[in-house]
Amino acid sequence: MKTSLLPTVAHRLALLAYVIFALFPLFWLLKVSVTPNSLLYSEGVRMWPSQTTWEHYAFVLQHSAFPTFFKNSLIVSGSTAVIVTICASLSGYALSRFHFRAKYWIVALMLLTQMFPLVMLVAPIFKILTPLGLTNSLTGLIVVYTAFNVPFATFLMQSFFDAIPKDLEEAAIIDGATKFMAFREIILPLTLPGIAATLGFVFTAAWSELLFALMLINGNNAATFPVGLLTFVSKFSVDFGQMMAAGILALIPAALFFLLIQRYLVQGLTAGAVKG
Amino acid sequence: MASIDIQNVKKAYGHVQVLHDIDLKIKDGEFVVLVGPSGCGKSTLLRMIAGLEGVTAGEMRIDGKRVNELHPKDRDIAMVFQSYALYPHMNVAANMSYSLKLRKAAKEKITAAVAGAASKLGLEALLDRRPRALSGGQRQRVAMGRAIVRQPKAFLFDEPLSNLDARLREQMRAEIKKMHGELKATSIYVTHDQIEAMTLADRIVAMHGGVVQQVGAPLELYDRPANMFVAGFIGSPGMNFLEATYAGGSVTLADRTVVTLPGALALDDGAKVTVGIRPEHVVLAAEGEGMAATVDLVEPTGFGIILHLSLHGLAFKVFTTDRAALSAGPTVHVAFPSTQIHVFDSSGVRANPLAPQA
Amino acid sequence: MSMTADAHARRQDRRPWQKRLADASEPYLYSAPALILIIVVMLVPLVVGISYAFRDIQLLNPFSGGFIGLEHFETLSKDKAFYTALKNTLWWTGASVFLQFVFGLILALLLDKPFMGRGIVQALVFLPWAVPSFLGGLNWAWLFNPVIGPLPHWLYGLGLMSQPGNILSDPQYAMWGPIIANVWWGIPFFAITLLAALQSIPRDLYEAASIDGASWFQRFWSITLPFLAPTIAITVLLRTVWVSNFADLIVVMTGGGPADRTQIVASYIFTQAFKALDFGYASAIALVLLVLLLAYSLLIILLRQTLLNKG
Repeated sequence: MKTSLLPTVAHRLALLAYVIFALFPLFWLLKVSVTPNSLLYSEGVRMWPSQTTWEHYAFVLQHSAFPTFFKNSLIVSGSTAVIVTICASLSGYALSRFHFRAKYWIVALMLLTQMFPLVMLVAPIFKILTPLGLTNSLTGLIVVYTAFNVPFATFLMQSFFDAIPKDLEEAAIIDGATKFMAFREIILPLTLPGIAATLGFVFTAAWSELLFALMLINGNNAATFPVGLLTFVSKFSVDFGQMMAAGILALIPAALFFLLIQRYLVQGLTAGAVKG
Repeated sequence: MASIDIQNVKKAYGHVQVLHDIDLKIKDGEFVVLVGPSGCGKSTLLRMIAGLEGVTAGEMRIDGKRVNELHPKDRDIAMVFQSYALYPHMNVAANMSYSLKLRKAAKEKITAAVAGAASKLGLEALLDRRPRALSGGQRQRVAMGRAIVRQPKAFLFDEPLSNLDARLREQMRAEIKKMHGELKATSIYVTHDQIEAMTLADRIVAMHGGVVQQVGAPLELYDRPANMFVAGFIGSPGMNFLEATYAGGSVTLADRTVVTLPGALALDDGAKVTVGIRPEHVVLAAEGEGMAATVDLVEPTGFGIILHLSLHGLAFKVFTTDRAALSAGPTVHVAFPSTQIHVFDSSGVRANPLAPQA
Repeated sequence: MSMTADAHARRQDRRPWQKRLADASEPYLYSAPALILIIVVMLVPLVVGISYAFRDIQLLNPFSGGFIGLEHFETLSKDKAFYTALKNTLWWTGASVFLQFVFGLILALLLDKPFMGRGIVQALVFLPWAVPSFLGGLNWAWLFNPVIGPLPHWLYGLGLMSQPGNILSDPQYAMWGPIIANVWWGIPFFAITLLAALQSIPRDLYEAASIDGASWFQRFWSITLPFLAPTIAITVLLRTVWVSNFADLIVVMTGGGPADRTQIVASYIFTQAFKALDFGYASAIALVLLVLLLAYSLLIILLRQTLLNKG
C-alpha cells in the first residue's frame, strides 16, 4: 500500500503534543524541586535551572515526618490492594460464573455505590468507627478504603473471569478437580494479568485518597502521604522547592505501579468491562 | 470400561424442557454417536452423562451404578471438548498428566502413561510446548491424549473435530476410529456432521427437538429411516420428498405418475403420504419414460455430478456418476426404482417395513 | 406440560438437602466478603447519612441531633449559594466531561494505529491518571501561580493577559483552572476505555469499507462511531456522575473561591460539613445531589434503551 508522508507526520506530531501535555506538569514539578532557593525567582520561567540541588529532598527526608507518612501510605495502600483483590476475585468469580437470584441486586447495589457523593458518608462512618477504636488508626482507613474500592474491582475482575472459557473449568472438573481446586489451579493462574491490574488500580486509588484520610486521622502518627503533603503545603506555603520535592516523592510509587500494570488495564477493559 | 444406561431422562431449564424421556443403553466398548442439528439437545445429553448438567428427572447409570448425584470428578469419565479446553498455562505433558496428578498417581506411573499416550498420538516432540505454540491439529491430539492417559470408564467427545479444516478432520476421524479399535473404550461422540456419524459409529442416535428419533447402525438409518427427519438428515445431498396419495400397494404422484411398491403398506387407500427418494437412487431415463424435469443447475463434484432440477415446480436433486449428465439438456427425465422408495405417512412416520426386506 | 415437568423434577431431585443447600449458597459465599464490607461501610452509613438530612446535626453543638423534618430542604430552597453551586456544577461537569471525551477519543484513535514505540508512548500519555488527584490539583495550582509557574508568563507573552496574574483568583476565569487540571487528569480514562473498545472492532470491516471506496471520515462515521456508541454512552454516563461528585481538585486549587465562583455542589457539601461543621445541612445537599444524579442516570439509561429498541 502507498503511504504518504503527511498523515504520518501529523500523526506523530499530534502524539508528541499529547505526550508534552501529559508530562509537562510533572516535569515542572521535578524542575522546581531541584532548583536552589536562590535561583527560584530569578530563573522562574527557565526550562531548566543553571544549577541543581538535592537539598529540598534531603530536607524533606530528614527534617519532616514524610518518612512516617510514606510508611503509613505504603501499609494502607498495600493492605487495601491485597484485601480488595482477594474479595473482588471471589465476588467477581461469583458474578461471572453463577446465575443466582440476588445477582442483579448485587450488581445494582455496587452500581449505586458509584453514584453518591462519598462526602455524605464521612460523619456516619466517623460515628460507627469511633466506638470500635478505628478512628485515628491505619486499620480503620484500610477497612474504609477496602469497601470503597471493592465494587469497581469486582467489575474489573468479573470481566477478566468472563474472558476465560468455561470449558477449562469443566475440563478440570472432569479431570477430577473439585470446583475450588479448579478455581485455584486453573482459573486464578490465568487471571494473573487481571489480578495485577486490580492490585495496581486499587493501590493507586488508595495512595491518592485524601478526604477520608483527612477526616479519620488526627496528628502525624497515622497520617498518610496526601494528608502530610497538604498540611505541609499549608504550613510551609512559601517553600516551593520542598513542597515539590515531597510531591515528586509521593508520585513515585503510584507512577511505578501504574507503568507496570497499564498494559493489563487496557486488556481487561477490552475483555468487556465497559461493554455495559 | 463401562456400560452406560440412560432411563427416562428428562432435562428442563425452568419451564423449558429441552430433553424428553431419553432411553438409551450403551454397551461396554460401544461407539455411539449422537447426531442432530444444533439445538437438538445432543450436547446437553452428553454433558449430563459427564455430570456437568444435572438430571431433571429419570436415571443415569454407569456400570449399573446410579450416578445422578455423583460429582463429575467421581464419575471417572474423560471428555474431549470442541474448544479442546487445554490449560494455557501448562505444557503438553502437564496438560496430559493433570488428571493423574489429581488422583495422586505415582510419578513413574504418570510418566509412563504420558509417554505411552504421546507415542500413540505422535506428540513426543511437543511435550514441553505450551498449547499456544501448537497448531489446531496438534491441540486436538493433546486433548485426545489428555483423555486417554486416564484409562477412564468412558470417553465423551463434544464435536471434537469441528474446529479443524476438512483434510485434518478426515485424518483425525480415521485416527479416532483406529484408536477405538485398539482401546475398545466405551465412547459417546456428539456431532452435527452426518458423515462423521456414519463413519465412526457402531450405533447412531439421531436426535431432534430433544427427542430421540431413531437408534441404529449407520446403514440401518440410511436404508430405513424411521421418519422424515432422519431421512432428510442422514445422507448428502439430502433425500427428495414429494407429496403423493397411497392406494392399494402403489403411490400416485402429483402428475398422476403411479409407482407400484414392492409390497402393500398398512395404510388406508387414499391416504396422503410423502414419498422420499435419495438423489443417488434416482435413475435418469430416456425421453418418454419417467417424469420430465427442467435443469436449474449442474454441479460437478469430481466424483459425480449433482443435478438441481425442478419437478412440478419443486426443487429436486439427482446424483449420478455418469459424466454424460454434465451436458444434460434443458429437460431430463427421471424414474424412481420402486425398491428405493420410502413412504411416510401424514405424521412423517415411516410406512415401509422397518425390518430389512428379505 | 412444563408445569408438571417442573413439579416432577422437584420430586425427582434426590440430592440430600445439605448438598442442595451447599450448591445454592456457593455464589453467596463467594460474594459474602465483598457484600458485607459494602453493606457495613457504605450502605449503612448511607442510610444514616440520609437520616441526617432530616436532623439537626452540628458537630460542636451538644444540643443538636433532633428531628427537624424538612427544615434543611426549606433552607436549601432559599440558599442562593446552592443555586450558584448547581449552576457551577453544570458548567464544571459539562466542560470537563466534554473536553475529556473529545481529547480522549482523539488520543485513542491516534494510539489505535500501530507504530514504533507505541507501548512507551501509551504508558507516558496515560501517566497523569496515576497522579494522585490532590497532587495533580496542587501541581496545576503551582503552574498557574505567577511566582513559580510558567503559564501566566506565557499567557502574558501571547497577549492573552494584561499582566502575569493568577487566573485562579480571577473571578471570571477561575473555573478554567480546575477544569484544565481535570481534563489533564481525565483524558487517560476515556482514552483507555475507548482504545479497548476500538481494538475490539473487527478489522475486516474497515477493509471491506476501504474496498467499497469509503474515505477515512466515512469509515469513522459509519463503522467506528456506531461500534463505539455503547461504550461512549456508558463511559460518559459514569464519568458525568463521577465528575459531578469530584471535589478534590476544586478544594485543593481554589477552595471554591474567589467569591464562590468555582464552588460546585460537591465542594459546597464539603465546605458545609468541614468548615461550618453542619453535617445535617451537608447531608441534605448531598441527598439532593444524589437524587439529581439518579434521575439523570435513569434518563440516560431509558434513552439508550429506546434507541436500542429502535435500532
